[in-house]
Amino acid sequence: MIRFLLNSVEQLIEDLDPNTTVLDYLRLHLRRTGTKEGCASGDCGACTVVLAEAREDQLRYSAINACITPIGNLHGKQLITVEDLKQGAVLHPVQQAMVDCHGSQCGFCTPGFVMSMFAYRKTHAAPDRESLLEALGGNLCRCTGYRPIVDAGMQMYEADTGDSFDASADAVLNTLKSIDSNTDEVFLSGNHKSYFAPRSLAHLASALLENPEARLVAGATDLALEMTQGLEEIDTLLYPGLVPELQTVRDTGTALEIGAAVTYSQFSSQLCAEYPEMAELIERLGSLQIRNQGTLGGNIGNASPIGDMAPALIAIGADLVLRRGDAVRVVAVEDYFVSYLVTVLQVGEFIERIIVPKARAGEIFKVYKVSKRWEDDISAVCGAFRLRVVDGKVAGVAIAFGGMAEIPKRAHHCEQAMLGQAWAESSITPAMAALAQDFTPISDFRASADYRMQVAGNLLQRLFLETQPGAATVRVRLYA
Amino acid sequence: MRSLPSVSVREATGPTGSPGQPLKHESAHKHVSGEAIYTDDHVAPPDVLHAYPGLSSVAHGKLVKLDLESVRRAPGVIDILTLADVPGQTDIGPVYPGDPIMVNERVEFWGQVLFVVAATSYDSARRAARLAVVEYDTLPADLTIEQGLAKQSLVRPSHIQRRGDAECAIREAPLTLEGEIRSGGQEHMYLEGQASLCIPQEDGGMYVYTSSQHPTEGQKLVAQVLGIAMGLVTVEVRRMGGAFGGKETHANQWACLAALLARKTGRAVKLRLARADDMTATGKRHHFMSKYRVGFDRNGQIHGLDLSLSGGCGMSPDLSDAIVDRAMFHADNAYFLPAAHIEGHRVKTHTVSNTAFRGFGGPQGMLAIENIIEHIATTTGLDALEVRKRNFYRAEDGRDITHYGQKIEQHLIAPLVERLERSSGYQQRRQSIQEFNVGSPVLKRGLSLTPVKFGISFTVQHLNQAGALIHVYTDGSIQLNHGGTEMGQGLYTKVAQVVAQELQVDLESITCTATRTDKVPNTSPTAASAGSDLNGMAARDAANKIKTRLIEFAAGHFGVAAGRVRFHSNRVSVGEREFSFAELVQMAYVQRIPLSATGYYSTPKIYYDRDKASGRPFYYFAYGAAVSEVVIDTLTGEYKVLRVDICHDVGRSLNPAVDIGQVEGGFVQGMGWLTTEELVWGKDGRLETTNAASYKIPAVGDTPADFRVELLPDSPNVEATVFHSKAVGEPPLMLGISVWCALRNAIASVASHRLSPVLDAPATPERVLNACTDLRRRDCS
Ligand SMILES: Cc1cc2nc3c(=O)[nH]c(=O)nc-3n(C[C@H](O)[C@H](O)[C@H](O)COP(=O)(O)OP(=O)(O)OC[C@H]3O[C@@H](n4cnc5c(N)ncnc54)[C@H](O)[C@@H]3O)c2cc1C
Ligand code: FES
Ligand code: FES
Repeated sequence: MIRFLLNSVEQLIEDLDPNTTVLDYLRLHLRRTGTKEGCASGDCGACTVVLAEAREDQLRYSAINACITPIGNLHGKQLITVEDLKQGAVLHPVQQAMVDCHGSQCGFCTPGFVMSMFAYRKTHAAPDRESLLEALGGNLCRCTGYRPIVDAGMQMYEADTGDSFDASADAVLNTLKSIDSNTDEVFLSGNHKSYFAPRSLAHLASALLENPEARLVAGATDLALEMTQGLEEIDTLLYPGLVPELQTVRDTGTALEIGAAVTYSQFSSQLCAEYPEMAELIERLGSLQIRNQGTLGGNIGNASPIGDMAPALIAIGADLVLRRGDAVRVVAVEDYFVSYLVTVLQVGEFIERIIVPKARAGEIFKVYKVSKRWEDDISAVCGAFRLRVVDGKVAGVAIAFGGMAEIPKRAHHCEQAMLGQAWAESSITPAMAALAQDFTPISDFRASADYRMQVAGNLLQRLFLETQPGAATVRVRLYA
Repeated sequence: MRSLPSVSVREATGPTGSPGQPLKHESAHKHVSGEAIYTDDHVAPPDVLHAYPGLSSVAHGKLVKLDLESVRRAPGVIDILTLADVPGQTDIGPVYPGDPIMVNERVEFWGQVLFVVAATSYDSARRAARLAVVEYDTLPADLTIEQGLAKQSLVRPSHIQRRGDAECAIREAPLTLEGEIRSGGQEHMYLEGQASLCIPQEDGGMYVYTSSQHPTEGQKLVAQVLGIAMGLVTVEVRRMGGAFGGKETHANQWACLAALLARKTGRAVKLRLARADDMTATGKRHHFMSKYRVGFDRNGQIHGLDLSLSGGCGMSPDLSDAIVDRAMFHADNAYFLPAAHIEGHRVKTHTVSNTAFRGFGGPQGMLAIENIIEHIATTTGLDALEVRKRNFYRAEDGRDITHYGQKIEQHLIAPLVERLERSSGYQQRRQSIQEFNVGSPVLKRGLSLTPVKFGISFTVQHLNQAGALIHVYTDGSIQLNHGGTEMGQGLYTKVAQVVAQELQVDLESITCTATRTDKVPNTSPTAASAGSDLNGMAARDAANKIKTRLIEFAAGHFGVAAGRVRFHSNRVSVGEREFSFAELVQMAYVQRIPLSATGYYSTPKIYYDRDKASGRPFYYFAYGAAVSEVVIDTLTGEYKVLRVDICHDVGRSLNPAVDIGQVEGGFVQGMGWLTTEELVWGKDGRLETTNAASYKIPAVGDTPADFRVELLPDSPNVEATVFHSKAVGEPPLMLGISVWCALRNAIASVASHRLSPVLDAPATPERVLNACTDLRRRDCS
């Protein structure tokens, strides 16, 4: 069975279709209709709910999209929905601030915003505009134009009182710990489908070997779309999130080894400390809700040609540790992708961890994502560049692009055109031209092939300009 | 009721809630706590069925086979509805026929309803709906305005407005220009998708909960498809999770289909569209193509304009007649056109029928003229603001008549723009931007101030009427009902404020009840920004009737002159005596005075003679202006809006908080239309951008960090509207044009403003980059 807290009430569920999303569970099974469905694909935030998890003797709160979270992923967590905030007739400070700032018009996005703001208030001692915008980037509002909502986010701190969640935190922590220490199997079955969350690496590996048709479901931010949009029924779900090895980031001195099931929110600070340029990319990868759920293993495992982490990891020269039963092999991220949605992964094999070498002195690393909208959009083009310039000449270069081919791919011709040349404006033009040998992108609703080619080339120019000492910024977002 | 409720005697503190106060939305506390009920949240009867439509997968073709066997056999399926099952009328076109409730033989767009399945759960209905085996004889599809125009394939006849001899004026003008511009459609992306719940009633009647801006039309069409009298159908709408025009006519089909299945199965039926199907199967803002020739002089003053506006209507007329008309009515924006020839074409394409969207054609017409102004500015070397000012309507020199003959009576635009020009520091910023751009090869900044003049009234005259119903209960509490629907715009709040003011009671004592066709009949859609103008006046009328009765009663009962009965602060003075409102109500009740009244209003003064293309279609105009500053990246086309200043005219505001909300929200929505919101159709006519992942409405970070919004002070409406307020729903959307013009301005700096950029809307990063590349190329050659 799975066990979680619905606010303060423990739920034990054994018999339920494991493809059920948290949103449907709330709205259809419990008739808690405060949480709304706006898209059922993780894009609008109307369904935002908050999870509290026990981490290092503290509750860690995070906002997630209920619409793309399979019910099984709640195991061991506290689920808080908009109905839980108000105490009697008294609104929670977050709710009161939204009312006072006129933060709702039609009100349909409002429960989602309230929950994102609630999670923010639980995780930030004081508000600052920038991080608040980041926290709200995954909540769409079609009515207000957002200004009053942001105001409410700043104002919700004025009532600096604790809330009912602070008061019950210890009790919740203890319950969650007791759920965690219980070694019963975590599983769910219903409607001829099953969900299983092994607690050890060996167990996960053998489960996958024995059930080759099983699908790994980590954050489910990709997989759930097959269910909610494709209406596919997935018979066997295997959750890697309870396996300790897959849940940790290890610093080996020369590399960061990121467990496949570590979420963006968990690994980003360590990765960004090493590669500060990654901060912007990760901040723009999905929304905070997505990053609270989505994992690095899922991003690579998904093998999308427009996934954002792959180009960066390829340029950095990262490796994957793949496991099949007891057998382990190491494959460069670059070699992992074969063709459209096809990888070297064998049946029963999975990504165990990602080895990201640390930044090497004297190297420049940049990654640029270009999309229609700044926040929560999929790349038209994503370019990653690692460059070593010695005595004014390009001594080493690795360039990878997403959105330019059927897989995330290195730009070998372009690299060759640069290698050994002076790092000067004059050598950018041939390097740009060489991109035509590397890529023949497609046109789709995100961008035309021409635009993709032109931008890929122009990003080289941006790279050049940004590496010039004392150069003014050439990025609109940094321009103020 | 034997004994009357006890009344608490309140302190005379002055009523909370009279017009002019920034009161909270009447449902705010319910919104934030998840307690506000939307259509899909209603507790449905336990045996409710879930209906889901099967949609066509060609844009144009003959339906040769519709095999529903596997649908019928799918788990959970209870029943299927096909065209043959419709007992009544099968066309649900709101004004003109052309919208079959389900495909008969010919499919006319991708996503047209073929059949509907009812099942025991939402999921099983959706799954089953995908199982039909369908074959088509595919026919060639017209997908673009050009294709439709070339064949003269129109959903309605073209209309022309003319003043003077435009041809001659253009010919004789010192300078002439011609060009064209396209603007894309826009998906409403109301956060709450289309939804209806129908519950069968006795006598073959139907109770309908639906998310609709036009309950009366829903009632009429449900009655017609069922083949029953309107009196047997009741439609209820408490609130919508956004609508923006997308639930004016396009909510009807789903209510009708659910009602048909409810009738057929005898069970309650709910139909809610999943987002991708909602986006595929319901109409959007019309995309437009406009071609222009304009004659002007070196001062930038327009002499004559020849403008052809073609709206892509999709497969049926829907509201396109009025929408293209409104584009034509706004092709002048705030500018006097001495000679004009303006044509409007309603082009048919094999795509979903386009429909109302905030602004209703106005934005498309306005964008056309603003582009022309920009073009004139580049040609004359003048700052675009200067060109705008020189062409404004003004009281002098006979420059105050629109090209459709309406006299401009309130000349607000020039002073409003001057105020904004000053407060935004336009001129200094223009200077510093020029200097910046010279020294910045990659990033370029742009600045633009654009005005808005928007006509208020339905251009279909008979829609300009409204009704209201007020009940006063013996404890002094009040129920308020009117024909307007609440979609977030704060209509209920504003109308309640009007009633609170009339009766001098606290807003809290008024309960806004759900809009229902059995309370107020024969209502107009809540649209054309006219919601509070119309319903506010109707409610005021109803409140006044009750007040008058109470005054008459009190005067007679206590033997004082009627003039000495005064309502103030939850109390009523009757000569020297004073009562609480509730006390007086109880006395009146005991003396058998009716405490319920209906109210009614119809807008005066308006008419339009379509044959002569002349009249006074608008009761008044609402004005506004915005200054936007942007920075663009000429390597990628990415951009950011740096600062926006707005001054907007709402007359004497009924509720400044609600009005500012409309201004800001409208601006951001207009900006989205012109920047990142791009609808893309495949060559097969399938919409490819069918969710929030692929169709990008503005997110929180797109709101300008520096956003300064002011309501024009001390500017009551000169017309006798409710407390001299003005409508505010639609006009601010067009303030977003300033962002598009600012982008255009930034792009033009690439060729030092010598050349006019070609920038279709939406100005996605790709279009911005293309426009830069194109300018650089033209500049070299
Ligand atoms: C609204 C939204 C926005 C998004 N924006 C972005 C974006 O900007 N950039 C971007 O790159 N992505 C984006 N994504 C995609 C997605 O969030 C990420 O790719 C995420 O990292 C996937 O991780 P997950 O844990 O949720 O994967 P899941 O959905 O759990 O799994 C994805 C796939 O990977 C497989 N898988 C999971 N773990 C492993 C493993 N250890 N080994 C092998 N296979 C595995 C699964 O079986 C499944 O097929 C977005 C998604 C949504 C819904
Ligand atoms: S419903 Fe839109 S993100 Fe979940
Ligand atoms: S208030 Fe309507 S979507 Fe936000």
